[in-house]
Amino acid sequence: MSTPDPAPDRPGGRPVGRRAFLGIVGLGLSSLVWGDSATRWLSGAADVLPSSVRSALPSGWRIYAINPPYPRFDPATWTLEVDGLVDRPRSFTLAELQALPRADQTSDFHCVTGWSVDDVRWGGVRFKDLLAAVGPTSAAAALSFVSAEEDYFDMLTLEQASVDDAMLAYEMDGAPITRPHGAPVRLVMPQMYGYKGVKWVQRITLVDRIEDGYWEGRGYDRDAWVGRSNDFTKGL
Amino acid sequence: MSGGPAADGAPGPPAVGRPGAVVPGVVTPGAGGPAPSGAFRAGPARVRRFGATERAVHGIHAVAFFVLTGTGLVMYLPALSERIGDRPTMKAIHLTAAVLWLTALIVVALLGDRPALREAVRELERFDADDRRWLALRRRERPRGWRARIPQGRFNAAEKSHAIVQAALAVLFVVSGVLLWLGERNTTFRLSGTVPLHDASMYVAVVLVLGHLYLALLHPPTRPALRGIVLGDVDADWAREHHRKWDAPPAGEARERGPRPGPVRLVIAAAVLAGGVLIVALVVL
Repeated sequence: MSTPDPAPDRPGGRPVGRRAFLGIVGLGLSSLVWGDSATRWLSGAADVLPSSVRSALPSGWRIYAINPPYPRFDPATWTLEVDGLVDRPRSFTLAELQALPRADQTSDFHCVTGWSVDDVRWGGVRFKDLLAAVGPTSAAAALSFVSAEEDYFDMLTLEQASVDDAMLAYEMDGAPITRPHGAPVRLVMPQMYGYKGVKWVQRITLVDRIEDGYWEGRGYDRDAWVGRSNDFTKGL
Repeated sequence: MSGGPAADGAPGPPAVGRPGAVVPGVVTPGAGGPAPSGAFRAGPARVRRFGATERAVHGIHAVAFFVLTGTGLVMYLPALSERIGDRPTMKAIHLTAAVLWLTALIVVALLGDRPALREAVRELERFDADDRRWLALRRRERPRGWRARIPQGRFNAAEKSHAIVQAALAVLFVVSGVLLWLGERNTTFRLSGTVPLHDASMYVAVVLVLGHLYLALLHPPTRPALRGIVLGDVDADWAREHHRKWDAPPAGEARERGPRPGPVRLVIAAAVLAGGVLIVALVVL
């Protein structure tokens, strides 16, 4: 406001508060540039802390729930059903999945809501090895991943599932996948945003065409390629 | 200004309760010099601190803060998201609250007592020599009753600082929140610094609000201020001790209000309100 002071004789002082306000806003906005590096530096500095303290700090991961509480994994009863357009529908125990050829990778994880976790180590099964065990029919075109967290599911085309860093993972950072991250198995699709990475996978059904998954029915793109999707200007 | 002390820290007579005003039946001893304590017993029991518009602005921020922080924390903290709510619902409430918060502020600014808001801003952003002394005093240097020795206006220096930081945080919340919303829709707006900024603003704001709540609800010396932001008036004796330079009007004395909003302003306010509701209905839900 540039209006003259209506009562300069009143006790007042100089409007240094306005400068402080603008300074804080400016500092905050500039952090859009340096805030991510600062956060990474801080989390790197936190590595010197004992692991018990470190585990209580934010790890960079955000755990989203659509139907809390998270599904609970019971090793005694858990199985993964693989069915639909396959010659040999069957269910796998976790041990049977782990008996399939094992793949390891380190990849970055990107969430559509704006955060990323770099260099996540995953261990699991490539889809070509999983599908070889069930034999997709010639009509099969897509995989539907159904989560134990109802009603979460998402789909990949067979082609998308065959990219070289897609997998059904049972290990994360050298340990079995924890409950918040989808125990015991989750879909890992680093080239797409995280909402494609179905957690707590309990059923994989092969179908003849791809459909919208949980979040795609709520506005996100079905083909969620990182950096090349969710561009709303294309719809205008 | 009756009874107003000189500017910039020259300690004048206590202004609260308008001791200089002629109160029938009260002998005002030693007019001009510092009045002995107890001289204002017959003055008003309460003085008015906030009008309806200022209280509305505060209430809108308070409700919005708790709804936004509550839903935000449920989405942010795994321990809460695992127990309390599903993300789509929390997100819808969060975005709805954000839109209605800004809508309500615009409507109040259009229809409310704007001179009162301008005066509040004017007082909040000005720091005089007393304010600087008030802020510079370290705890161990504070003798008992130190507040009374550094006269303060309607807002003390800490209240001013708090308001300024919170106002800046509000701007940062809005900017980073809009960027978060846009970033989900267009990768161009997906900046790596947006989430850290929204988070950091939350941490600072939560700490400040916890302190604010402690002072308003629990801390005995400052608790009397709560009545001012809820009902508008505060105890005159308390105000005299804590806000000596404040030329406070007695409670109940009608404030000279600016002209009522004209038809144009009413129409604009209705359009803003409709726009806010429409954004919620079409974009958020």
